[in-house]
Amino acid sequence: MIVGTILGITLYKSEAASWFRIYEMFQFDSFHMYGIIGSALVVGIILVQVIKRSKVKSFFGEPIKIEDKEKSFTRYIAGGTLFGLGWALAGACPGPMYILAGAGYWPIFVVIFGALLGAFLYGVLSPKLPH
Amino acid sequence: MIYQPWPWYVAGPLIAFLMAILILMGKKFGMSSNLETFCSIGGAGKFVDYFKTDVKSKRWNLFVVLGSVIGGFIAAHYLTPNDAVDIAPKTVEKLQGLGFESAGTAYLPTELFSMEALTEPKVWIILLVAGILVGFGTRYASGCTSGHAISGLSNLQKPSLIAVIGFFIGGLVMVHLLYPLIFGA
Repeated sequence: MIVGTILGITLYKSEAASWFRIYEMFQFDSFHMYGIIGSALVVGIILVQVIKRSKVKSFFGEPIKIEDKEKSFTRYIAGGTLFGLGWALAGACPGPMYILAGAGYWPIFVVIFGALLGAFLYGVLSPKLPH
Repeated sequence: MIYQPWPWYVAGPLIAFLMAILILMGKKFGMSSNLETFCSIGGAGKFVDYFKTDVKSKRWNLFVVLGSVIGGFIAAHYLTPNDAVDIAPKTVEKLQGLGFESAGTAYLPTELFSMEALTEPKVWIILLVAGILVGFGTRYASGCTSGHAISGLSNLQKPSLIAVIGFFIGGLVMVHLLYPLIFGA
């Protein structure tokens, strides 16, 4: 929960949870969002490599296993594009949604409700979709 | 300083460290799977087998959600005296052309995210459709910005790269081709 709280504060304060920043990113008008994602990636790649190679145990003494993503093309490109459409329209992805709810922007609950509906629809339709 | 917007070189590495902490806790960083868990809790398993999962094993992630709600509350109410987002002047201009007068003066556009905006049926439809696309798309792609763009790419996963390319195809189509149709005129 503390991780979530720090995440919430970070994404809000860095304006990654702002609709305006998402629009600006897709307009390529500012380096800000690319800087956030890019620097998270550089540090992330290093940390993941260190964790993998050092074979450290988790805080609870269990071995750490980072699973590879299932191989496919269709589901990632199709799902990714649909998500991209929604991300650019709502200006929020599944993390910032909750952060904005906490910040008191009530209309975001319409987006959250839609997202739950969308996830439910996927569950219903998934046997029929190409993956 | 904490009251000013945080620069990218503070936020990015911080996000990576949070991801590493989750990995060291034997978990993973992924927000969109919570949508599924909420469906399961809401009883969606009664209608579709897909949602018949072990909710208990996913409960930790709901605490991350709860934490981010609290984080949003703290950041917005106690750490941000001025929440106007200082976006590029070019962006402000483009948005004003689309009717977003609040560009550059607010955290979210009041044209979509204020109580007055909710008196417009069109706004409800936009927010609902956007949400459905986010929910459906992230589950189809089995991840969102956190799961693919940050966690997946950090682990050098090709599927995540494909998904992120998809995010950008969708985002660019929306902003450049569909925005003028939705918000223009």
